[in-house]
Amino acid sequence: MLTMKSEARGLIAHGVSACAGCGLELAARVILDVLGANTVIVIPPGCAALFSGYGNETVTKIPGFQGNLESTAAYAAGIKAGFEVQGRGDIQVLGFAGDGATVDIGLQALSGALERGDKILYICYDNEAYMNTGIQGSGSTPLNAWTTTTPGGKSVYRKDMVGIVAAHKIPYAATASVGYVDDLRKKVAKAQAATATGPAYIHIHTPCPTGWGSKPEHTIEVARLAVQSQCWPLYEITDGVNYQVTVPVAKPKPVAEYLKLQKRFNGVAPEELSTMQTAVGQDYTRLTNK
Amino acid sequence: MSTRVMIDGNGAASEGLRLAKVRVVSAYPITPQSPISEKLADFVVQGKLDAKYIRVESEHSAMCCAIGAQLTGVRAGTATSSVGLALMHEVLGVAAGCRVPIVMPVVNRSLVSPWSLWCDHQDAMAERDGGWLQLYAESAQEVLDLILIAYRTAEDARIQLPAMVCLDGFFLSHMSDAVYVPDQAAVDAYLPPYVCHNFHLDPNDPMFINNLTPTAEYTEMRYQQAVGFNQAPAVLLAAMADFKRVFGRDYSLLEAYQCDDAEAVIVTLGSMSGTAKYTVDQLRGQGKKVGVLKLTSYRPFPAEQVKQALAPVAVVGVMDRSPGYGAQVAPVATEVRAVLSGKPVQGFIAGLGGRDISPATFVKAFAKLLTGEITADVDWVDVKENALTIREVK
Ligand SMILES: Cc1ncc(C[n+]2csc(CCOP(=O)(O)OP(=O)(O)O)c2C)c(N)n1
Ligand code: SF4
Repeated sequence: MLTMKSEARGLIAHGVSACAGCGLELAARVILDVLGANTVIVIPPGCAALFSGYGNETVTKIPGFQGNLESTAAYAAGIKAGFEVQGRGDIQVLGFAGDGATVDIGLQALSGALERGDKILYICYDNEAYMNTGIQGSGSTPLNAWTTTTPGGKSVYRKDMVGIVAAHKIPYAATASVGYVDDLRKKVAKAQAATATGPAYIHIHTPCPTGWGSKPEHTIEVARLAVQSQCWPLYEITDGVNYQVTVPVAKPKPVAEYLKLQKRFNGVAPEELSTMQTAVGQDYTRLTNK
Repeated sequence: MSTRVMIDGNGAASEGLRLAKVRVVSAYPITPQSPISEKLADFVVQGKLDAKYIRVESEHSAMCCAIGAQLTGVRAGTATSSVGLALMHEVLGVAAGCRVPIVMPVVNRSLVSPWSLWCDHQDAMAERDGGWLQLYAESAQEVLDLILIAYRTAEDARIQLPAMVCLDGFFLSHMSDAVYVPDQAAVDAYLPPYVCHNFHLDPNDPMFINNLTPTAEYTEMRYQQAVGFNQAPAVLLAAMADFKRVFGRDYSLLEAYQCDDAEAVIVTLGSMSGTAKYTVDQLRGQGKKVGVLKLTSYRPFPAEQVKQALAPVAVVGVMDRSPGYGAQVAPVATEVRAVLSGKPVQGFIAGLGGRDISPATFVKAFAKLLTGEITADVDWVDVKENALTIREVK
């Protein structure tokens, strides 16, 4: 018989206390499955800190460090350097941080590490708000989305984080989604290989039933609809310039279909919806022309 | 066994880190510490230091990098000052709580506001209860020596606490002095290679460090740090005794200068101690029985030794180089008062924002002590008479 606690398959134990249907949990399992056990993970506060564990218990079978909200990349850089000078540069160092910890408060440290060319893998799981502190708006919260600090709907566009990353001309950057696990796996493997020469970055769309007001059983559907409506295009960028869409969406579904499964867009007026639809189309065209 | 060279306090600090063979350097420039970051970069480029230099984008990241590197089992070097130290505040607590024994030169500089580039101790005092050892140097030689002593102490299995070696901005950081720089072989004999005694990151022995800790254990983990601190005086003294055996120079937690028969003694920290001793010599020439008690270790505070040294002294003053707003007296005086219950302890504040604590300031302070002008209030002994009209906005 399998002991759930100690004999879980994969590098993350069963029984993690993430909410039912959490996209982030799936992402974490897939990522560590690809990276393997020769990995050290750095996690800041946020929902991912669930994987750090509590007290004497952790749910990861790899070594890890829970850092501070703004400095995941800096801790990862230091850890990588420590291994490198000891001839153990083969150890994969992974920073695994939420959108708030990446797009807002951690942007400076991340930019520093990317600019320096530190050979780390940085993965942002994007649930499009600060979930762990109670669903407040982040720099990655999309236009018109409700959060507790954007109760009337967010009035500005989200930051183009992947664009900011690409501007550092790092070897590999990509978007990914828990709705497309094969695509995610391939990208994690490519990113891992890319860290032989410099930093790699992946930005994963991870629906959050609790924060988005979606049904736990709809997580994958919501994630897939984000891609199929062109709201979350899947692409990769090598050396900051070579853009490649990995899951092309020729005939996009209407944005409304994606929003419909979530309560956070309940207040969106018809004219706001058409603004969103236009912006999504324009962004996608710009992306495919790159 | 050593070479005598002319270097300033910053040079001495970089030599200390080089001799300690730090393997990862992450430092961010700030006046008056910048030369330490530059010198370490030079050492790496010239092959005098076998380390990876991480050009971080902030002091916050500098400390995080150092913590991360050290958790893999190597010494990491960094240095800072003033607002840089303040920016590190959050993660200084991580180094202390995770028992990462980083040794960091802190070039003391005032905190804003108003802006000032110059020396006082408010930056380090703001971190005094954060779980870092704090040693204060009087000369460039002491900077170098205390760095090696700090490593021996911080990394001791009984201690495992990070340490600041504080040196006064410009007064020490930029003042050239003849310094004995020991040979690497002698330092290697004194300072063994670094080993993690506690938390470490290694895929061959996985553990998760610094996760959420329940209330049921938090107090106990804090208590473990306190136990480390309790052992620190003895371990420091042993490290100092060994230092004397290897390098010939004598250190202690404090230095009593002319205290034995003194009627009045002033307690000092850092570079002001030299001026204080000079003033004591002058006043002794005039028949006045005065002395100086220089603290080398502020954290741990050597309470027992202070008590003994000041037991025969009738009147005690403390010269603080930070204001201690809202407290009864400033930080050093607070400690001294707590130790000498019943005895009058006059708190003096001077030398803020780079103002020299001159012999005249000490003469004034000693005069007050000797004439018994003791008050419960803090005496801003070098404040100008027109203090309240300076840059007054009407
Ligand atoms: C300096 C600092 N400020 C604020 C916090 C409080 N805090 C903890 S988690 C969090 C939100 C993190 O959001 P995100 O990175 O998006 O991750 P999520 O919670 O959504 O998983 C905040 C603000 C903190 N830990 N540190
Ligand atoms: S709040 Fe959202 S991201 Fe956090 S654990 Fe729950 S579902 Fe996952």
